[in-house]
Amino acid sequence: MKNKIIHKAKGLSDRAVAWIFITPTLLLLLAINIYPLIYAISMSFTNFYANKLGKEIKWVGLKNYAKILGKEAIWERMQITASFMFWTLLLQAIIGLSLALLLNKKFKGNELLTTLIVLPMMLSPAVVGVFWTYLYNPQVGLFNYIVNFFYDFGSFDMIGSSTLAPWAIVIVDTWMWTPFTMLICLAGLRSIPNYLYEAAEVDRANRLQQFIYITLPSVLPFLLLALLFRGIENFKMFDMVVELTSGGPGSATELASIQLKREAFEKWKTGYSSAYAVILFVTIFGFGNVYVKVMNKIKDR
Amino acid sequence: MRNKIAILVSSIVFALSSTQAVKSESITLGWAAWDPANALVELSKDFTAQTGIEVNFEFVPWPNFADRMLNELNNKGKTFDLLIGDSQWIGGGATYGHYVKLNDFFDKEGISMNDFSDATVYAYSTWPKGSENYYALPAMGDALAWAYRKDWFDRPELNSEFKAKHGYDLGVPENWDQLYDMCTFFQGREIDGQVRYGAAINTERGSEGITMGVTAAMYAWGMQYENPSKPYDMEGYFNAPNVVEALEFYKKMYEDCAPPGHSDAYMVANLDAYKSGQVAFQMNWYAFWPGVSKEDADGRVTGFFANPSQKVSAATLGGQGISVVNYSDKKDLALQYIKWFAQPDVQQKWWDLGGYSCHKDVLGSPDFVNSAVYAQGFLDSMGIVKDFWQEPTFVELMLPMQEHVHDYVVNGKGSAKEALDKIIEEWVEVFEADGKL
Repeated sequence: MKNKIIHKAKGLSDRAVAWIFITPTLLLLLAINIYPLIYAISMSFTNFYANKLGKEIKWVGLKNYAKILGKEAIWERMQITASFMFWTLLLQAIIGLSLALLLNKKFKGNELLTTLIVLPMMLSPAVVGVFWTYLYNPQVGLFNYIVNFFYDFGSFDMIGSSTLAPWAIVIVDTWMWTPFTMLICLAGLRSIPNYLYEAAEVDRANRLQQFIYITLPSVLPFLLLALLFRGIENFKMFDMVVELTSGGPGSATELASIQLKREAFEKWKTGYSSAYAVILFVTIFGFGNVYVKVMNKIKDR
Repeated sequence: MRNKIAILVSSIVFALSSTQAVKSESITLGWAAWDPANALVELSKDFTAQTGIEVNFEFVPWPNFADRMLNELNNKGKTFDLLIGDSQWIGGGATYGHYVKLNDFFDKEGISMNDFSDATVYAYSTWPKGSENYYALPAMGDALAWAYRKDWFDRPELNSEFKAKHGYDLGVPENWDQLYDMCTFFQGREIDGQVRYGAAINTERGSEGITMGVTAAMYAWGMQYENPSKPYDMEGYFNAPNVVEALEFYKKMYEDCAPPGHSDAYMVANLDAYKSGQVAFQMNWYAFWPGVSKEDADGRVTGFFANPSQKVSAATLGGQGISVVNYSDKKDLALQYIKWFAQPDVQQKWWDLGGYSCHKDVLGSPDFVNSAVYAQGFLDSMGIVKDFWQEPTFVELMLPMQEHVHDYVVNGKGSAKEALDKIIEEWVEVFEADGKL
């Protein structure tokens, strides 16, 4: 029997052996990734409610999609999400790169400082959300105290005000995830060979020129990669914001993913929310693809 | 060797059978994690002593209570044999078959719903509303009420200042206008060297908080969800001028009377604001009053009163009935628990321990009113309670209400009428999808 198998296996081509090895993984991927996706897409054309099991499931065509894309509230959430992503990514890119440049210098306590800066990233987002609600407390919050220490704005409520709340979540996310961009940028900076700078010095390039023509181009692919990760993460941001503001006040910080969760698992509009999920998926997938293409172009340069 | 194996096998069989025995003699009860739940644990020890049936508990914090339990029911989970589910779940519990219908059991065991306060039977047990189909036994009576700093009210200098300004004494407010006067009187006032504020009111966005607060005002202004003679006809009722006025009033309360940062607050935040001496009033459920009353110390004296009237007397309903979960494998044991729980002497002990019994023998006993400072308020409130929609789709109805009311009250977006119109618009959609319109 054993010999028979060995004999058979010997007769297989490399390609066939490769297929045998990857088939289990492929099946697993199909089962836990592709199948649910196809199932969700098919559900998005129905009026299915997961909590009304006795109810007849009707095919509604593109009605769910039309409803979602025609709803002002959904576009508002998209805008909120877009603005959250824009500001967090911008701030994290600038601060992360600046910190990386500072930490790239050799000085005493460099390692310790890096470890300290990286700490926020290691906390659970839900915990971060909860304790920032205390920091933002207008009566006893440390954040408000520090701001008022520099300039007295009087009493202000970061979470309760519709103009400040979107900034409240941007600040927390930036506080938490800037270390991530910093770490990746730092890795990029350390990979720049020293001879480039030496050659630049021979050519009498000043510091600024060195930064613009050597440092920035070398670190840019790393920074873009970090921003890609952060972008995908923040597009589906949920836990931190829910703990911090519950999407409020009103719906000022209700990101698309929070609204999706409420539609899917509180209202149980399964068909409708599948359509919503598909729309979000296509959006981030499209953006991601374009971004990767741009990133590769920059890398090639 | 063979002997050893025989001993091993028999001991395993014994162990398995004994755990089986223990398992079959235990039930699991689910409820929210709050003060009364601890009282229930205490009370249930008697049940275990009498029947030998162990009662396990799983208590879920309020913000996640509905999410967790409704998920469990929708998934036909067997975790719970008994569930003390929120009053609004009764429609879904009955319609989707999550709860066991208890009529036959009540008849067989001689449990009469006439022994329980009518308002609680209507609110916690029946579906469709007002029918004689029972899906729960009233377990915990509750309503939204108010606690206030009686020790501050009793200070002559504060009272005379207040009287000079408003022309009447500081005391239990007779209506919302008086409540507002008193709240603004304390807002920003320094007492004993600390700045104090008016009232800790419900403003929470995530679950049901702000709805449970704002309806306390709306009901007092005589709000009706729908046309009484034409169900689900809400236009001109839910957005009637009196409801608009109530909503505007609640916004005024939030802006002029709440402590800073009280923009996402519900039960615990209100308790904390009161406990730390920040506020003169707090809005909360009766369930917490035994705890608040017990914590009075360092000169703090708490008084309690039912929701003030404005155009009519009304209060927001809280509280729950206890139901048997249809997917449980131990329905008979769960029913035994309900049978035991329904007894008048158990109900009396339930009240004594800090639970709110709905049994007429307890509520009607001559000692009841004097048994606690909040007892009279509780009796008054339970006569005037009103609940949010108890439809199977209640979560779908709750979410838009939370969003638009919070958007108006806390966020200051749009007008009260616009907020109510938007809510009706979404409610119509829900009822249409549910085939009720």
